[in-house]
Amino acid sequence: MPRIGVFVCWCGLNIAGTVDVERVAEAARAIPGVVHAETYKYFCSEPGQNLIKQAIQEKRLSGVVVAACSPSMHESTFREAARMAGLNPYLVQIANIREQCSWVHTDREEATVKASAIVAAMVAKVRRDEPLEPLKFPVHRKALVIGGGIAGMQAATDIAEAGCPVILVEQGPNLGGRMAQLSETFPTLDCASCILTPRTAEVARHPLIEVLAYSEVREVTGYVGDFTVKIARKPAYVDWDKCIGCMLCQEKCPRKIPSDFERGLGSRKAIGVNFPQAVPNRPVIDREHCTYFEKGKCGVCAKICPVGAVDFEQTETVREEKVGAIVVATGFDVLPREAFGEYGYGKYPDVIDSLAFERLNSSSGPTDGVIRRPSDGKIPREVVFIQCVGSRDPDKGKPYCSKICCMYTAKHAMLYRHKVPDGQAYIFYMDVRAGGKGYEEFVQRAVEADGALYLRGRVARVYPEDGRLLVKGVDTLSGQAVEIAADLVVLATAAVPREEARGLAQILKVGTDEHGFFSEAHPKLRPVETMTRGIFLAGSVQAPRDISESVAQASGAAAKVLALFSRDELAADPLVAAVDESRCSGCLACQPICPYHAIEPKALKDRQVASVNAGLCQGCGACAAACRSGAMKLKGFTDEQILAEVGTLCL
Amino acid sequence: MSLTWEPRIVGFACRWCTYAGADLAGTSRLEYPAAIRLIRVPCSGRVNPSFVLRAFQRGADGVLVAGCHPGDCHYTSGNLFTRRRYSLVKRFLEYLGMEPERFRVEWISAAEGHRFAQVVREMTADLRRLGPNRKMREET
Ligand SMILES: Cc1cc2nc3c(=O)[nH]c(=O)nc-3n(C[C@H](O)[C@H](O)[C@H](O)COP(=O)(O)OP(=O)(O)OC[C@H]3O[C@@H](n4cnc5c(N)ncnc54)[C@H](O)[C@@H]3O)c2cc1C
Ligand code: SF4
Ligand code: FES
Repeated sequence: MPRIGVFVCWCGLNIAGTVDVERVAEAARAIPGVVHAETYKYFCSEPGQNLIKQAIQEKRLSGVVVAACSPSMHESTFREAARMAGLNPYLVQIANIREQCSWVHTDREEATVKASAIVAAMVAKVRRDEPLEPLKFPVHRKALVIGGGIAGMQAATDIAEAGCPVILVEQGPNLGGRMAQLSETFPTLDCASCILTPRTAEVARHPLIEVLAYSEVREVTGYVGDFTVKIARKPAYVDWDKCIGCMLCQEKCPRKIPSDFERGLGSRKAIGVNFPQAVPNRPVIDREHCTYFEKGKCGVCAKICPVGAVDFEQTETVREEKVGAIVVATGFDVLPREAFGEYGYGKYPDVIDSLAFERLNSSSGPTDGVIRRPSDGKIPREVVFIQCVGSRDPDKGKPYCSKICCMYTAKHAMLYRHKVPDGQAYIFYMDVRAGGKGYEEFVQRAVEADGALYLRGRVARVYPEDGRLLVKGVDTLSGQAVEIAADLVVLATAAVPREEARGLAQILKVGTDEHGFFSEAHPKLRPVETMTRGIFLAGSVQAPRDISESVAQASGAAAKVLALFSRDELAADPLVAAVDESRCSGCLACQPICPYHAIEPKALKDRQVASVNAGLCQGCGACAAACRSGAMKLKGFTDEQILAEVGTLCL
Repeated sequence: MSLTWEPRIVGFACRWCTYAGADLAGTSRLEYPAAIRLIRVPCSGRVNPSFVLRAFQRGADGVLVAGCHPGDCHYTSGNLFTRRRYSLVKRFLEYLGMEPERFRVEWISAAEGHRFAQVVREMTADLRRLGPNRKMREET
């Protein structure tokens, strides 16, 4: 026989002013199974809690109902009190007679009757509760960071510096991400490689960071603290362990191909690295453009390699790792040429995007840092920059502001003027958004010191005339039509999610927004977490970000990972689903309904049944509602409990 | 049955949105009829149609199933199942001869205390007009 105790709180006059608490206690005493009922002014106070503890011990209570404020207020207080008195905390239920009764009704009789009904329902529920223990999971103190751009490297370094090992997976052949393509960086104009190279070297050398370049994450299973990941190493057709990085192969390879890294402005060899300071400094063969793979002949690299590292037979290898947390830092891209044909982009060689301008301006770029226009190599005297190309344009499906373009365009105008002192930069803009430390001052410098001419308005057309590009637009401030004959047109194209990261969201079961940027758990309060526990975001994978913001967010993600790793075990709410195998028919109707992919088939001797991974289950109960055999049981909210509440409330 | 008959509504409220919205109605001291009695569930997707039927069989005059707005479910997709499931259940109840006003599915967020109070007022008024549920109530 159950021994339930009922504690009806007055909450001063908050409850007792409307509800006759003594009558509620009286009615409770009449419920079979209730062996104790009392009222008190404030059960949440120290003496109030002591009364509950005392009753639990003296009356050997097997369950407690506290009729008081909403469970969101003091459920944990009363559960803790029960635990201290030796009663399992999950055998405590709250009857909400304040927020949902005394505060919303005025008729004393009605409110008292309703409060008694709520108490009776909770007694019916608690009678059917079972003692539960919080779930405990081990934590593997090793992190996986996906993406080796500045954000990924920052997160990896912070975690490793705290003493936890990190695996850094980068899909490209080298670390650095977009930043490796940049020339100088706003707002300080320090050269990108001067700040990037030391950071990259630090990551590569760190004893606790293992860099897996040219690799991809293929599969992720498990849950926070205990993920199992499969990482595939793509074939580079060069044995990187044997390779000594002499790059003779790159020098001697006869095959020249346009380089993506140089945004098509320069060429690379079919074997080689993206840029001389690449880390790891190991070459990759571009299979699609290699003569050996096309025709079965050539093999110059294999012949020249002093250590015999070239291996045309190399295949993909997959390894498995266990990690406790994952940081996603897969970065961003800019609108591809194919997606944006306006302003003659992709048609006229002297219409380029800003990333290409970075390469033109880079001392290790295709022109050794001399700004030359692609068509004939001449130094442009007049350059038109167009901002918001694709961004802030709902018709093109990108209503958002790409955030970084105002700043890097001001930077481009400055750098151009420093190299071509008699040149003129024109900037078509919608608004200049320079909210950041030293950012507005930076834009002002471009105008005042470097003579950039800002024209507010949209460009209507760009077309070639007499070897130059005619840019036609309107200056909406003066209302005048403007026409500029330019040598070079630079488009600040919208920042977009990476194509390579699309599949990753699915593998990780992390949400993306309508544009494909990864979604944070809460836009203000949980900006580096995802809805999946143990998976965090860093940098421009979440939205367009500049370097300093990417780094800040990466350190935030690392701090979250380290907080997880500071514990030996993770505790989770035990109110999860469980299968009654004797009733389960194995239909698995529950499997596709579970939003957390927590349900898997399990083989018994003679048949299969569903089984719930308690680490993944979040306790929503969707499966319990879908189960036709009544085999899926959601602890704390079982069919039996809810039906008992229904029955009581209808009396 | 006395002359002062008052309807009885059983409400299933998801703990993240509607239950919290009902709490907000309380903290805002919004007055509404005492006909409603809530059962706290993790998600509206937890509510098995058999719970609704049971409530009617035991004499509830009205039943409310309420959760987060579509797209806002704490578990992302729970209420989408609720929506699909209960459009069928609603038709089934009407087929059984229950007046449509007796059963409502509502999306009420944690910020919509007013809306919660309003729904209870509306339902209570409708049920007062319709009178007791005699159709499905089991004789006891
Ligand atoms: C033209 C231009 C100029 C800019 N100038 C400046 C400037 O002057 N100052 C400034 O502060 N910012 C500037 N920025 C912004 C700067 O580039 C970004 O802030 C920065 O690169 C963001 O770093 P990230 O690590 O988030 O992403 P990324 O740099 O994009 O790095 C992401 C990395 O993840 C890898 N990756 C992608 N998918 C996968 C996958 N599935 N698996 C494994 N690895 C993957 C990528 O290969 C890449 O290495 C500029 C941007 C542009 C376009
Ligand atoms: S309760 Fe929800 S999260 Fe848990 S197994 Fe069932 S459907 Fe999945
Ligand atoms: S949590 Fe509110 S409807 Fe799913």
